Amino acid sequence: MSFEWIQIPYALLTLLIVFVYGVFMTTIIRKMGARAGGRYGIRLYQTFVDLAKNYALRSHISHGIMFYLGPVFRLTGGVGLILFVPTIYGSVMHQNFAFAGDLVLALYFVFFGTLGMALGAGESGHPYSAVGITRGLSQMTAAELPFVLAVFAVSLQYQTLSITEIVAAQQGGFLSWTLFTNPIAVVAAMIGFLGTMMRSPFDVFLAPQEIPIGPPTEFHSAYLALMQTNRILFPIAKIVIYMNLFFGGATNWPVFFLKVFLIYLVSALVGVVFPRFRVEQSIRFFLIWGLPLGILSILIV
Amino acid sequence: MKDEKYTPLPRRPIGLDREELKKRTVTAPDGQTFEVDPIRDYYCQDAPKAHQRSYIKIVEDFFNWCRAESLWILGYGTGCGAIEMRPLMTPRFDAYRYGIQWRPTPRQANLLMISGYLSVKTLKRAIRSYEQMQNPKYVVGLGSCTINGGMYWDSYNTIKKLDEYLPVDLYIAGCMPRPEALLAGFEDLKKIIKAGGGEGANKYAENFEWYKANQKSVIKDWDMPDYNW
Repeated sequence: MSFEWIQIPYALLTLLIVFVYGVFMTTIIRKMGARAGGRYGIRLYQTFVDLAKNYALRSHISHGIMFYLGPVFRLTGGVGLILFVPTIYGSVMHQNFAFAGDLVLALYFVFFGTLGMALGAGESGHPYSAVGITRGLSQMTAAELPFVLAVFAVSLQYQTLSITEIVAAQQGGFLSWTLFTNPIAVVAAMIGFLGTMMRSPFDVFLAPQEIPIGPPTEFHSAYLALMQTNRILFPIAKIVIYMNLFFGGATNWPVFFLKVFLIYLVSALVGVVFPRFRVEQSIRFFLIWGLPLGILSILIV
Repeated sequence: MKDEKYTPLPRRPIGLDREELKKRTVTAPDGQTFEVDPIRDYYCQDAPKAHQRSYIKIVEDFFNWCRAESLWILGYGTGCGAIEMRPLMTPRFDAYRYGIQWRPTPRQANLLMISGYLSVKTLKRAIRSYEQMQNPKYVVGLGSCTINGGMYWDSYNTIKKLDEYLPVDLYIAGCMPRPEALLAGFEDLKKIIKAGGGEGANKYAENFEWYKANQKSVIKDWDMPDYNW
């Protein structure tokens, strides 16, 4: 696909739509969590206000260059993921910068933010950050395994590394989705999905109760606001990949909103229902249940 | 049995004279030697600065509205009032409806609740927590103990007027105030912030000497730098 300058404003428009949608979706999911606990929950515009307030705080304290770059890397991971993955299939405006090998780049971006965060949190020098990042990275690595294997299975199945072509192969009725043509790969990928969504039962590295919120302990004002922005963008970017690979992609915005919401809801439901795993328990879970399924899906293909 | 004369153990030095706060030479595993001065190396000793408001009034008003509608409380309780704050998170009172949330770290919190009597030992921790918070920040004193000492007014180990040690924005009277009173107090605090009155951090920075003198007059074992972070 050749490059046109008009793609840049189009991609920024996609980013804006995804951001605004993400703010409200995150809020609604939080409200649903609150309702499950019997509370009314936060207001609909609360996430916007929190963001604006954190950007508007007057003082900042830096712990070094990587402390600056940590949240920036994290946001780069989220934004990059959205920019290089086709958001709406068949749309010229929201195709973004998709290209023939974008699946490989997407896999890289999924992990990129976590690594940046590890460097930033390490420089903050807070012991809770170090504890949190150690737990987070080991769990994230284990959770990535079934996901990556499932992605390999899908790319073998369709004989391509381009997300656009994978979506194209799934068009024509929901029975041609990967969910039905290769269910084992989807199950393996969803297990990995639960692990990377920072929700219970796999949120011990954030652990707001015992190690105060883990890696971001020292991050404040604008640094924290950057990370909050990423917390809004990144899950959606990841869900877009899942939607494109396993659930037939989306051909217009309403379908996109619906599918993203439903996939997000899976992790929210699991999070509300199940209590938290310890790190070694969750790693064991991924290795026992996720990994064999991922290998099996490749073997079947 | 021999009659031994009782000799008391040597008294452990307090305050800045403590062993672990003294300057020392450390040898690293690779043989390098370097000097460590804990008070200077592990903390930032810069005095706090007063931060300007935005030059454009409408921007500052918008920011103040955001700050008021997104109060993040430091989850830190000092006295019996702490137990009146917990119900606010539960379904019965649910303060999240009003944009009030709890943060576990002072870096991310804007509102320090001094919930009840404050012993001198806890005052030290409260000061450190307050100084780690980012400007603008607010202090709410809970209960009569923070106003005039309350039922601890002649105690040897609690402070009486919180306002002499930290810049208080709002008091919520009562012994103890019920959660409903707290919610009403938060609404009042929001009005103060929206009107541009929540400048406690700047007040603290401008009258830094006075606050420090007051704090040091009650904290005898001062073992931290004058300004933490």
